[in-house]
Amino acid sequence: MDIASITASQVIFFILAAVILAGSVMTVVSRKLLHAAVYLLFVLLATAGIYFLLNYHFLAAVQISVYIGGILVLLVFSIYLTSQVGEKMDEPGIVKKTVTMLISMGGAVFCFWVLCTGQFPYADQIHLNEIDMHAIGQSLLGTERYQYLLPFEAISVLLLACIIGGILIATGNTKKED
Amino acid sequence: MDIPMSFYLLVSFVMFFAGVFGFITRKNMIAMLMSLELILNSVNINFVVFNRFLFPEQMEGMFFTLFIIGVAAAETAVAIAIIINVFRSVNNISADDIQKMKY
Repeated sequence: MDIASITASQVIFFILAAVILAGSVMTVVSRKLLHAAVYLLFVLLATAGIYFLLNYHFLAAVQISVYIGGILVLLVFSIYLTSQVGEKMDEPGIVKKTVTMLISMGGAVFCFWVLCTGQFPYADQIHLNEIDMHAIGQSLLGTERYQYLLPFEAISVLLLACIIGGILIATGNTKKED
Repeated sequence: MDIPMSFYLLVSFVMFFAGVFGFITRKNMIAMLMSLELILNSVNINFVVFNRFLFPEQMEGMFFTLFIIGVAAAETAVAIAIIINVFRSVNNISADDIQKMKY
């Protein structure tokens, strides 16, 4: 691929990929917990960017609002509640580090080999049309084939159970400590 | 479509194995939770990319990703409630030092 034929979406993709690769590695090796959370923030944002690039706009909005607006804020709060600012985490032992590095490198090399040798049945015509909200809403709340009312209801029950469980766990065993 | 599918998959599995590395080497429970988020996120990318490239007229991958995001949010909320509760009773959230939950 020569320089003149590079399109804007390729440039955007490579920037996003670089952010994801660097950010995810830094998330797991950074020794300050808050720094790791900030790297995770960049990874999640770049993932939302990839969804935008593939024209899944609704999914990108969900990713930003749930992951970044919900989970990451929760993580940062709990980091502040449980550790001192600027506190460094312990380095893992050298044996553990080496073995884990070997395992994950081996897995990555295996996946790369599968990726290089495998054949995927590509769709004949790839069109990056945007999915309209009508289709998403009707698939989420329909009962026919390829429609998802039952998992939708199941996940709402799960969320209710999580709310109740969170309250119970957070307030539960104050009596026992006395 | 000017970016091949394997590029997306490459990004996603590097993220996955970074998450696996972090999940095994970290001792702080919040850091382990963050590695778990990385793993879930890479699986989400995989679902979306396979949906987009192999079956572009359907939406299954997108809905799987939506539900995974929902379950991940619920799981993280409960996990953080447990972690903070453990911190209140043993004053530490290193996974090695929590002996009370062992048996």
